[in-house]
This record gives sequence, C-alpha cells and structure tokens, in this order.
Amino acid sequence: MAVEEIDAATGHATTGHEWNGIKELDIPVPRGVLMFLIITHLFAVIWWFVMPTWPLGTTYTKGLLNTDQRKIVAQKLVEASAERASWSDAISNSSYDEVLSDPRLMDVVKQTGHRLFGDNCAACHGRDGKGGKNYPDLTDHDWIWGGGPEAIAQTITTGVNSSHAESRVSQMPAFGRDEMLDPAQVRTVAAYVHSLGNPTDSTPKTIETIAAGRQVFLTTCAACHGENAKGNSDLGAPNLTDDYWIYGGDLQSIIATIHGGRQGHMPTWDKRLGPLQIKILALYVYSLGLETP
Amino acid sequence: MITELTSSERQYAAVILVVMAMVGVAMAALGRSDPFGVHGVIVLVYSVGLLFLVLSSFYAPEPRTDRQASYYDDPIKVGIALSMAWAVFGMFMGVWIAAQLAWPTLAFDAAWSTFGRLRPTHTTGVIFGFGGNALIATSFHVVQRTSRARLAGQISPWFVLLGFNLFCILAVTGYVMGVTQSKEYAEAEWYADLWLVVVWVTYFILYLRTLARRKEPHIYVANWYYMAFIVVVAILHIVNNLAVPVSIGHAKSYTIWAGVQDAMVQWWYGHNAVAFFLTSGFLGMMYYYLPKRAGRPIFSYRLSILSFWGITFFYMWAGSHHLHYTALPHWVQNLGMTFSVMLLVPSWASAGNALLTLNGAWHKVRDDATLRFMMVAAVFYGLSTFEGSFLAIRPVNSLSHYTDWTIGHVHAGALGWVAFITFGSLYTLVPALWKRDAMHSAALVEVHFWLALAGTLIYVFAMWNSGIIQGLMWRTYTEDGTLAYSFVDSLIAMYPYYIARAFGGLLFLLGALVACYNIWMTARATPLIAGSQLDLPDRRPATGTAPSPAE
Repeated sequence: MAVEEIDAATGHATTGHEWNGIKELDIPVPRGVLMFLIITHLFAVIWWFVMPTWPLGTTYTKGLLNTDQRKIVAQKLVEASAERASWSDAISNSSYDEVLSDPRLMDVVKQTGHRLFGDNCAACHGRDGKGGKNYPDLTDHDWIWGGGPEAIAQTITTGVNSSHAESRVSQMPAFGRDEMLDPAQVRTVAAYVHSLGNPTDSTPKTIETIAAGRQVFLTTCAACHGENAKGNSDLGAPNLTDDYWIYGGDLQSIIATIHGGRQGHMPTWDKRLGPLQIKILALYVYSLGLETP
Repeated sequence: MITELTSSERQYAAVILVVMAMVGVAMAALGRSDPFGVHGVIVLVYSVGLLFLVLSSFYAPEPRTDRQASYYDDPIKVGIALSMAWAVFGMFMGVWIAAQLAWPTLAFDAAWSTFGRLRPTHTTGVIFGFGGNALIATSFHVVQRTSRARLAGQISPWFVLLGFNLFCILAVTGYVMGVTQSKEYAEAEWYADLWLVVVWVTYFILYLRTLARRKEPHIYVANWYYMAFIVVVAILHIVNNLAVPVSIGHAKSYTIWAGVQDAMVQWWYGHNAVAFFLTSGFLGMMYYYLPKRAGRPIFSYRLSILSFWGITFFYMWAGSHHLHYTALPHWVQNLGMTFSVMLLVPSWASAGNALLTLNGAWHKVRDDATLRFMMVAAVFYGLSTFEGSFLAIRPVNSLSHYTDWTIGHVHAGALGWVAFITFGSLYTLVPALWKRDAMHSAALVEVHFWLALAGTLIYVFAMWNSGIIQGLMWRTYTEDGTLAYSFVDSLIAMYPYYIARAFGGLLFLLGALVACYNIWMTARATPLIAGSQLDLPDRRPATGTAPSPAE
C-alpha cells in the first residue's frame, strides 16, 4: 500500500499513503518555520524570566522586574493626581464665583465637565444638556430647584426623590386617579394651566371653563405652584407660565399630569462622584446656561 | 431517509423519539409558564414531528441487504441543508443587530428583540447552527472517505445531527425569552447543556467506531483535527457548564464556579471554543477538501504534525489573554500571553501548508471560485492567527480590549476563515454527494465569492477603524490631565463605521442566499453522471485492528 512516488510539480517524494486520492509530500519542515518557532519561544522564555508568570503552589515566580499590575496602577494614579494638582486644588479651594471669574480654571471646567457630564448625566439629560421628554432641559434658564451653582451642586449631591437622606423631595399627587378632583375639575384646571402660556385660549366660548379652572387652581395647586403659577424652587414646583415643560405642555399631557401625578427621580451622585467632580459638574451645567441665550 | 433503515432500526428510532416526547411532556408539566415549560413543549413538538416522519415510512420495504457496500450519505445531505438554513438565520440576525447599533429604534421597543437577547441568537446561529452542522456533515463525509468505511451506526448519525439541532433550537428560543447563563458562547441553560453532552458523547463514540473500521493503515490528518474538535469541545462544554439549577422545573441555574475562577474557566472555554470548534474542526475540513479540489498532495506531512500538536498543546494555555488588566492575577495574564505568542508559528504552519499545497495548482485558483474560497480562507486564517497573537500581548491589548477591534478580529476569522472554508468545502462536497458533474452554476459560485469577499473586507476594515479610533479616544488625555472624550463621544464617532459594518454583513448574507439557491438547484435539477459507483467503501476487513505491513 505504501508506495512512494515523485511529485512532478515539486520534485519531492510522497509519504506513500493515499486516502481517497489525497496524498502527502515528504517535505521536511522549512527552516524559516523552525527559525520563527525558536524566536517566539525565546520571547516567551525571556518574558518568563522578567515578569511574574509561573505558579508555585501558593505563590508565583516574581520575575526579575518584580512588577505587578496593582503596583503599576497605584503608581499611575499618584502620578495622574499630581498632574492635575495644578488646577484641582485651585478649584477645590475657591468659591464658585472665584472659579467663574478665572478663565484658566473655567477652561478646565469645560473640558473636564464635558467628559463628566457625558459619562454620568447625558443618558437622561442628553449630551448637550437639552434634556428630552420627561427629562429637564438644563440650558433653558428655567430651574425647578434653583439655577445657581450651589443649588445645582446640591441637586447633584442629593438627587431628587432619591435614596439620599437629605434628598430633595417633590411629589405631585395624582389628583384625578386618587379622586381629589373629579374628571370635570381635572379638565377645567388643565384648560386654565394651558391658557397661562397660551393667551389665545381665552375665547368667549372658553372663558367660563378657564375661570372655573382658575378657582380649582387657587384651592388645589397654588399651595405649591403659587397663586401666580410661577412655581417655587424651594418645593421643586415648576413654573407653569412659561414655554418649558418636562412632561409636555399640550392639553392632553397636562391632563395626564394632573390625573396621574408626577414623581420625577434623579439619583444621588454623592457616593459615586467626589466633591471636586460635583463642583466641576455644577459649574459646567451652570455654564451651559450662560452660553445659551 | 427512513427507508434506508431496517424495520428493527425504525422501531429503535421510534422508541427514542417516544422517550424524548415524554421528557418534553414532563418538562412542560414541571415548568408550566417558566421558559423551562415552553422548552418542554418545543422538545415535545420536535420529537413528535420526527416520530411522524418515522411512522410515515414505518412499513416501507426493508432496505437492500448490502448497505455496507455504500457510504451513508443521507445524514450528510440533511446536515448540509440544516447548515445553510442556520447560516441564513444566523447571518440575518447578525445584520439586524448590526443595524440596531447604528439605528437603535430597530429593536421596536420589545424585550425579546433587544440587542442583548438577539446577539446570542446570532452567535449561536452562525457558530453552532451553521458551523456546527457543517462540521458534523463534513466530518461524516471525510471520515467515511478517508477510512474507506461506512459510518459505524445507522441511527446514531441521525441522533447526533438532529439532537445537535434540537440543542441549537433550545438555545436560540431560550435567548429571546431571556434565558441565559450569561457566559459568552455558552449561554444555553443547564438542561440544554445536559442534552448536548448526550449528543456529543454519541458523536465521539460514532466517530471512534468508524475510524476503527478503517481500511487504511494510517488515520488521515483531517481526522486528527475532527477528533481534537470532538474531544476537546466535550471537555470544555462539561467543565464550563457545571451548574446547579434553582429547581428541577426552572430554566435558571447558578454556575459552580465563583468570581475570578468563573471568569478564568469561562475564557478558558471561550478561547478554546475558538480553537477547537472554529479552528480545529475547520482545519479538518480544509485538509480534505482543499487538496481534493486542487488535485495536489499536501505540501508537507511533517508540517501537519508540527502544527497539529502545536495548536493542540498551546491553545489550552492561552485563554487568560481575554482577561488582561482585570482582577485576574498578573502572572496568569502573562502566562496566557506567552503561550499565545508561541501559538503563532504552529498556526501559521497550517496556513502555510494549505497555501503551499496549491503550488502547481494556482491556475485552478484563478479559474475556480470554489478553490479560491479555500485559498482566501487559508490567507484569512494566517491573518487572524497573527492578529490574535498580536492582540494577546498585554500592551497591545490595553488599546484593543473592549473595542470593536476585537469584533473585527473575530469576524476576520469567522467570515474570512470559517465561512470561506465552509463554502469552499460545501461547493466541493455537494456535487460529489449528489453525484453531479459540478455545481448548478459556476457563475453563481463566482458571484457568491465576490459578495462574500467584499462583505468581509468592508466589515473588517470598518471594525479595525472604529476599534482603533475607540481605543484612542478612550485613552486621550487633555493637557490638564483629564480624559478628553466621554463614552458617548466615542459612540458618535462609531456611527459611520456601524453603518458600513451592517452593509458588509448584508453583502455576506446575500452571498449565503445565493449559495442556498445554487445548492438547492444542484441537488434538484442536474442530471446524474456516470461512474459514481467508484465512490464506494472498501469491503475488505478493517486494517485498523491488525498490524499493518506498511509500517
């Protein structure tokens, strides 16, 4: 069976075996292959001597460099914080106004804040801070909990309706669902609230409904939103007279809000971000408003 | 199919299917509305469907008595059909989720169609569905032809093939219901895993028994690789899937491995699934169909030995390179890295052996798209094994890890190597199996080749670009020592590449559809050729058991 033959194309002998027409040439392993094999193995052996590699029961070979990834990371963290010390101390130790008036520090705030905002806040508020349906716009000058850098820092630290002990708390009750208002009252007060930002709503036909809605508003809603409906940032009650709406400003959305209530949620960032990071973020968010007309 | 079985074999088949159907009923009763119960219903429907198939020919005439005088090709034909069906399914899922990354609304706000659930349907569909069926089908073909012996069982080949497909169905339907072990490429839950062990051990025994029947004194190289594939996949599968179910009626289980050991076991599995499923098995394919199609002897038997034992030994150590810069101890990472580097030359030896085998047949590579498929596969194999060793080096990995570069690397291997060698092999196998002169249309093979090549190149180049850009963006610092980009910034930079990737994948899918049509037409329409009786087993007693004079 094993009959060696010479392959015409290469001039080499076969191994003499055949499997359903397939044969093999008896060519030795090319020198280049052996050379590369030796080079890669040498690389490995050198690495074994230099770096930690082989297990030895309860320990391992430390290698000539005696290095370890944990040591390397710890050292890199020290180096990185030293590199940032030129501005991080200045921001930590300055008041908000001092940082705002220092263009050099504000450059850092904008660069670092962009990254912090993108990685932590953008999922809800959008990469540009303009929010979206159900998530407040941070650039529109309409602040629910106050728009100064200190107030913003406070909101970031404690969150809204969050697990933080000092969380900002704001719960708009479900006036319709919990039967504090009957459906007709929900509709009339919604018509009134809608008319606040849309004066053209008021026509001879609707004037009575709106007036009735105003009465409901004064007895039910004014406690938080104020008699003039301009809101109260101490309670987190939004201004209802402007064009900025979190949950939608059309009549249907307003009815849905009054009927079912709203309990917005923002997590606390107290443990996740450090004081310096929160300060930078507060300044960054504040500066977003400054850049928006 | 059924008429090839004797009436007692038909009875055995019916009994097995009745038992399986009863297991399905028990699972449905125990699981109720849990996905486990849904899977019971699927097992029941699958077994009863096959039972009807058996019963429909139950009283058909007995097969001819000299079955041993011919090869057992029916399971291979069905395996090819299943492989192509899974290819279309798996690649479609791939295109869909690739499009989701560019346009997230394509998840249509449903839970089952989110990226996290569909992604494993793509990977399982193409790796196990397409690749696995192709491996089983070609291994049945190769082991018979190179041993000149018929398969050593009449029902067991069907059990292996159809049992394996039941595993794939349970896996894929589980994912869309949210069933997963959260282990990459081992997502299927405990009961599906147990079933696969039964199927795989049957496969192993069938393969060994067929080899024992061989009429050739030596076992051909392709069979070494298929054996390595079967043995090691069994070991990997069992060890990585050791788990305790929360109850007998629930799909959920907890792995017995904990913490960093779990991560290490998972990536020992994951990396060797690449090695022994996606490499070793397909090298077996290459070692048979490439020399067969080229009409050339293998360049060097000694190189085959070097690369086989190199790959088999070194791959086992390399898994930890998937966990560079993690909680895994530094020394484990370094050890895996050095073995990944040592793995390079044995890998290249296989690619080189394939390409040098084509010496004297390059004019055929130019003219024959089928052979060109296999030539390109060998090139991509060399390319991705080099890339693999390169990416395993820790400092390189610090740039590439978690980026699309990894995805690009995987697809250079999966599309360029695995799918190309499979299509080349199928285009060689299908006409031989159905006893035709050639494929229905050589022009369509050519069309498929260029669609597949263009798709692969677009895909891989898009992911190289996006991966390296991602890696660089994530590590770019400003003068003030803080990171320059947020993660969202890097996502926005990926957008054009994600579109390009989905387009490349679409071209590849179109190619697979062309292949389906061409294979279907070859099986259905072309007339028989004369002289097919030459493709027959050797009827003399097996030499496997007796000492060979040729030694």
